[in-house]
Amino acid sequence: MSAAAVHSPPNYLRAEQGIKSWLLTTDHKRIAWLYIAAITAFFFVGGFAAMLMRLELLTPQGDLVASDTYNKLFSMHGIIMVWFFLIPSIPTTLGNFLIPFMIGAKDLAFPKLNLASWYIFMLGGIVTLWAMLAGGVDTGWTFYTPFSSLYSTTNVIWAATGILISGFSSILTGLNFIVTVHTMRAPGMTWFRLPLFVWSHYTTSLILVLATPVLAITLALVAVERIFGVGFFDPKLGGDPVLFQHLFWFYSHPAVYIMILPGMGVVSELVATFSRRAVFGYTFVAFASVAIGVLGFLVWGHHMFVAGQSVYSALVFSVLSYAVAVPSAIKVFNWTATMFRGSVSWDTPMLYAIGFIGLFTGGGLTGLFLAALGVDVHVTETYFVVAHFHYIMVGGTVMAYLGGIHYWWPKMTGKMYPEGLARLSALIVFIGFNLTFFPQYLVGYWGMPRRYHVYPPEFQVLNVMSSAGASILGIGYLMPLFYLIWAAKYGRAATANPWPATGLEWKTPSPPSTHNFEETPIVLHDAYDFEALRPIIEEEHSHR
Amino acid sequence: MVDWLTRNIPFPPQASSVAGHVDAAYLYLVITTVSLAVLLAVLVITFAIRYHRRSRYEIPPQIQGNNLIEFGWTGATFGLFLTMFLFGAKVYFDLQVPPANAIEMYATGKQWMWKVQHPGGQREINELHVPVGQAVRLTMTSQDVIHSFFVPAFRVKQDVVPGRYSTLWFTATKPGTYHLFCAEYCGAKHSGMVGYVYAMEPAEYDRWLTSGAAEGSLSSQGEKLYQQYGCSTCHDLEGKGPGPSFRGVYRSQVRLDNGSTVFADESYLRESILQSDAKVVLGFKSIMPIFRGQLQEDQVLALIEYIKALENSRPNVESPSAGSTAGSETGAR
Repeated sequence: MSAAAVHSPPNYLRAEQGIKSWLLTTDHKRIAWLYIAAITAFFFVGGFAAMLMRLELLTPQGDLVASDTYNKLFSMHGIIMVWFFLIPSIPTTLGNFLIPFMIGAKDLAFPKLNLASWYIFMLGGIVTLWAMLAGGVDTGWTFYTPFSSLYSTTNVIWAATGILISGFSSILTGLNFIVTVHTMRAPGMTWFRLPLFVWSHYTTSLILVLATPVLAITLALVAVERIFGVGFFDPKLGGDPVLFQHLFWFYSHPAVYIMILPGMGVVSELVATFSRRAVFGYTFVAFASVAIGVLGFLVWGHHMFVAGQSVYSALVFSVLSYAVAVPSAIKVFNWTATMFRGSVSWDTPMLYAIGFIGLFTGGGLTGLFLAALGVDVHVTETYFVVAHFHYIMVGGTVMAYLGGIHYWWPKMTGKMYPEGLARLSALIVFIGFNLTFFPQYLVGYWGMPRRYHVYPPEFQVLNVMSSAGASILGIGYLMPLFYLIWAAKYGRAATANPWPATGLEWKTPSPPSTHNFEETPIVLHDAYDFEALRPIIEEEHSHR
Repeated sequence: MVDWLTRNIPFPPQASSVAGHVDAAYLYLVITTVSLAVLLAVLVITFAIRYHRRSRYEIPPQIQGNNLIEFGWTGATFGLFLTMFLFGAKVYFDLQVPPANAIEMYATGKQWMWKVQHPGGQREINELHVPVGQAVRLTMTSQDVIHSFFVPAFRVKQDVVPGRYSTLWFTATKPGTYHLFCAEYCGAKHSGMVGYVYAMEPAEYDRWLTSGAAEGSLSSQGEKLYQQYGCSTCHDLEGKGPGPSFRGVYRSQVRLDNGSTVFADESYLRESILQSDAKVVLGFKSIMPIFRGQLQEDQVLALIEYIKALENSRPNVESPSAGSTAGSETGAR
């Protein structure tokens, strides 16, 4: 041991001990762990509801649970997965951990606010979870009026209150990221040297700040109508039920991009590192994120093609929906081109990235069906839509999240995960996912509406396939839960830059110290300058 | 080909005049997107194998990008997407414009059933009988929450929204029994809000019509309501009462006391019955009671059918009740 090693500061995991040091921490890295614990718990709660639904749908009859229980299950699944897993998933965990590193900063701009965001998130989550368990809510995650505002007799107010509270957490996190990226970049870290992960999180943050207040207003209006009988949405009180859909989707369509953009950021990092190539067309990929963010605000009407909007507004929303698909396609093309003549490794994170490209493309291409007006009339509100958004949200976001967790696990824990087991689970997730959701496209075009507890017998075979796939998918998700926890304790020690990769986070020890960088780094290279890695690689080579 | 599909792979029957158009657009999307997906999959897998890392220490030549390629695939993608947009929009227009000679029927959604009223007075619950080869236009509303009228075999779907009328049309092309689903989640028994559409040969349909009507035509039911709820005391058909006459109002331009004019379609008539002070006809006072909450949606529809029948009976001014009956006969066919 050299003298330098003895005097180097302890890593952030060991810097302080005890439960209090975690619950009162303002270290962005530790807060990321608080979020990981929380969203993992929510993911398995939401997944449990999905498993019960898939069990029920094994048979056409409603034999496992009653109709109202089934309705509460899919509402719980949707609400938990959207607001307490997908929206916070990558930004609050990987984003929280990595953004300061990637820009060469010691923390986020507002560390205390970051901790406050977590507490607000947990308060919202507990209120919503309580609403689910103490009687449940049966409106679906979309809360359509006037069902939610007047007809449902379940805990709508409490579920909405929890979501509203967690929305403030989203806004504060977004604000924190925006200010951090603007003000805390290290010397030499120009906007066009930022890793694409940061670009996509920056755009996501803008959407969080701009769109989430609309959700808060919408849910507040539902509550006011429900409690005080003020007619915003119920026609019996002089309101307009479709107004709710406009407001809801004005938030919820951009929210789809809140869920997928961070995943795209992760995949850009993975494809670059594991192809050892600068991302092809860096500026195009960066601006594709911004274009998605902007256009994402202009397509909400495509959720309402059969709700009775005018033909002309339908036409405008249709063509804009095709426009928003273009930047996503550009990203896919660029990732593929990055692999061309690269040095492509098959490490687990790259398997997840390739899986993401395949499944996200599947979801994106079927989005083109839903944007086609005449086809949407037939497939909207059916399982085709369910399959489509699960390809994006689960095939896209969850694959990216798992890929990112594996990729940065050595940095976050200082330990390597077991590679063979991890590859196997990536494969199981990919197979299980497709078996679960591909049949839903078919049964959707056949005509099976979503949110059906009981269905005609001819749809059974495809539903059984889907349920079988869901159990495989469940195994694929449980495996990493166990081996990653195992690896954090017993895994092989990780070097500072095991892959190796170019980001500033890899210039710190694994795991890093509380202050990230002992000296503020000075950035001299573009984001994906693999030539700059040559000394590291050659040195490693010479030691062999 | 579609027959083969229906028998051998999961695919809905193709039983309306627009179903083929929707499927053609769908097929175009399937072919283009599957080609794109296969192309991408081949590239990704080929690159992953062909450029698989041979040594831990290799650093491949760096390529930053190429603007020409970027603009090329951006433009090509958007161009391809525009063809999809145009195809989808073309089919959508077909779905929006009902033929002029369509039979008018009415549907009311309520938790958790579909109530259908035929112009001849036949009523059905969770069933809809229609003739093959004849366009049918449904005017629909909901008594409570939002529902959605969905017949997969016809490739038509329309949300049914409380407080307003929405319309949907189709021409059945093949006799048979087809699923009718509620597609918009509407509460506990949402998946029980299902039924069947029976598409029948015209002769068979006529037999069904004559066997079904017990209460007289829909417009005559409306006329009874017109008497029963006291509409007749003010809305004298000769225009002598304190309220405007119903005769000839349907599909006319009505001048309002605020100076504007409004086209008297079903939605206007519904609003004027339920919420009379919303739009007041020029020259009349807003003295009519509010019928919101007094009338069921199917009763409103019967009244509207009565008013529509009066439009058809315009020449027969002398005997209004006889005229209305005759009108409903012509309206029905």
